Amino acid sequence: MRRALPWIWGVIGVLFVVAVWELYKFFGPADGVVIGAVEGQTGSGVRILPRNDDRNMPHVWAMIARLFEPTTGATTPPLWITVLGGAVVTLGIAAAGFLIGVIVGLVLAIVMQRFRLLNWGLTPWIIVSQTVPLIAFAPIVARLGNQVDRSGFPWPEWLSVAVIASYLAFFPVAVGALRGLTSPDVIHQDLMRSYAASSTQTLVRLRFPASVPYLLPALRLAAANAIIGAVVAEVSIGMGGGIGRMLIQMAQTASSDPALPWAPIFGAVLLGFIAAGSIGLLGVSLKRFRRGEVVA
Amino acid sequence: MSTFVTKELDAPPPAVLVSGVDKVFGNRKKQVQALTGIDLTIQAGEFVSLIGPSGCGKSTLMRIIADLDTATTGTVEVFGKSAQQARLDQDYGIAFQQAGLLPWRTVGQNIALPLELHGVPHADRVRRVEELVSLVGLAEFRDRYPDELSGGMQQRVAIARSLAERPKLLLMDEPFGALDEMTRERMQAELVRITSQTGAAVVFVTHSIPEAVFLSDRVVVMSPRPGQIKEILDIPFGDERPDLLRESPEFFERVTAVREALHGVPVERANER
Repeated sequence: MRRALPWIWGVIGVLFVVAVWELYKFFGPADGVVIGAVEGQTGSGVRILPRNDDRNMPHVWAMIARLFEPTTGATTPPLWITVLGGAVVTLGIAAAGFLIGVIVGLVLAIVMQRFRLLNWGLTPWIIVSQTVPLIAFAPIVARLGNQVDRSGFPWPEWLSVAVIASYLAFFPVAVGALRGLTSPDVIHQDLMRSYAASSTQTLVRLRFPASVPYLLPALRLAAANAIIGAVVAEVSIGMGGGIGRMLIQMAQTASSDPALPWAPIFGAVLLGFIAAGSIGLLGVSLKRFRRGEVVA
Repeated sequence: MSTFVTKELDAPPPAVLVSGVDKVFGNRKKQVQALTGIDLTIQAGEFVSLIGPSGCGKSTLMRIIADLDTATTGTVEVFGKSAQQARLDQDYGIAFQQAGLLPWRTVGQNIALPLELHGVPHADRVRRVEELVSLVGLAEFRDRYPDELSGGMQQRVAIARSLAERPKLLLMDEPFGALDEMTRERMQAELVRITSQTGAAVVFVTHSIPEAVFLSDRVVVMSPRPGQIKEILDIPFGDERPDLLRESPEFFERVTAVREALHGVPVERANER
């Protein structure tokens, strides 16, 4: 019962959102709520609540039913298969980006922990890196990738997307890992020194294990960032096949097929669940290193 | 005269030889003289307590012997080598006020940590851990994690760990300071047994007078600002220290002597009032 409780609440949360959606559809004003509209002037004012007709707000069951209809025409596969295919492509790219990001983040944290000068020198750059918008940065990566590809070293398009995703993923890892690596108590550091342990030994036996409670939330953030990064990068460099392009394409046909754009949104949500779930499983397998989190 | 010199050359070097040690903390603006003019020799197998009020530098002195801090001036030798060389050679074992166990390692794995770091083969490690957990009476807790142990048990694990490499010198910084009185006395009795079994010299930092008297061959009384050695008292009770010793008149006599040395004036006794 104790273990089922979070799941039950999760389901209740989803049902609550569905209920709010359907209740608004049923009771809400047909034209939505507009404030500051000028009489006789169409399009004036700000609409703070949407129109609730089927075109703007399809029924939840319509969205679900649409998943099992053909994607675009009678001969095309069911929509859910198409979306799942796109999601798998994006998941693979995001996973690659996540791995690159984790490796880069860990390496940064290790050198910043070991050399204080690098800590001072790198910190501003790491922070600045996150203020550069992804859509400004994505075309540069794509162009560099193309140049590398033309110079003989194969650089597929998905690799550009993965690099862009890693750009979002490395940041929480670098910050979390640095905090974790510097977290051991003075007494443990003294102890390692008294054992004449090398800094590599101290890293492996003390700093890495001690950083697990800091790394897990960082990895969860990094995984979510990698998914978002992959989706946005697919759109901004125009790579097809993944869920990102599908989101844009299907949104364009929303007026004639209002339930369609919700399918890739569900796909993106599914990716989020998979990302968070994988880190959750990782956390379970690293339970031994999280004993400090629970007070005995 | 010449025979005397030869004899001195043949004699094993003392466990610890501290000469003329000063320690100044802080930067150019604000300096704190932590230790001044410390001379101290500790023979092999000798149990020496450092006692004094907070801020007298007793922990600092121990840390300098352990090469966790360096003396500003003066020299420290451990078994005839520099303190640094002794640390690199793992000539001492160390225990602090907090047990300092790694929470993700079991009792056995914690004790094995120094052995692991120094490349002791697995089979030898297992055997040594087996010896040590039974030495400190925790054989059935070998596979438990530190958070499943009481404070006293954790401290026993820390002591077992400090003994892992059979050091000839043990450095202990108030290892029983955080324990309740009953556990403390039991641990003291165990420490007496363990050190007489292993024959290791001990530098024991404490601010409990009865503890120092019960455990030590000599008690070094220190005073603060600047930290210096005020007096060194012999405690001639030998290696056997039964619990009954704590109730004997000789024990109280020594406790009083240490107290007088600490306070610098004769302390009025209840029966003389």
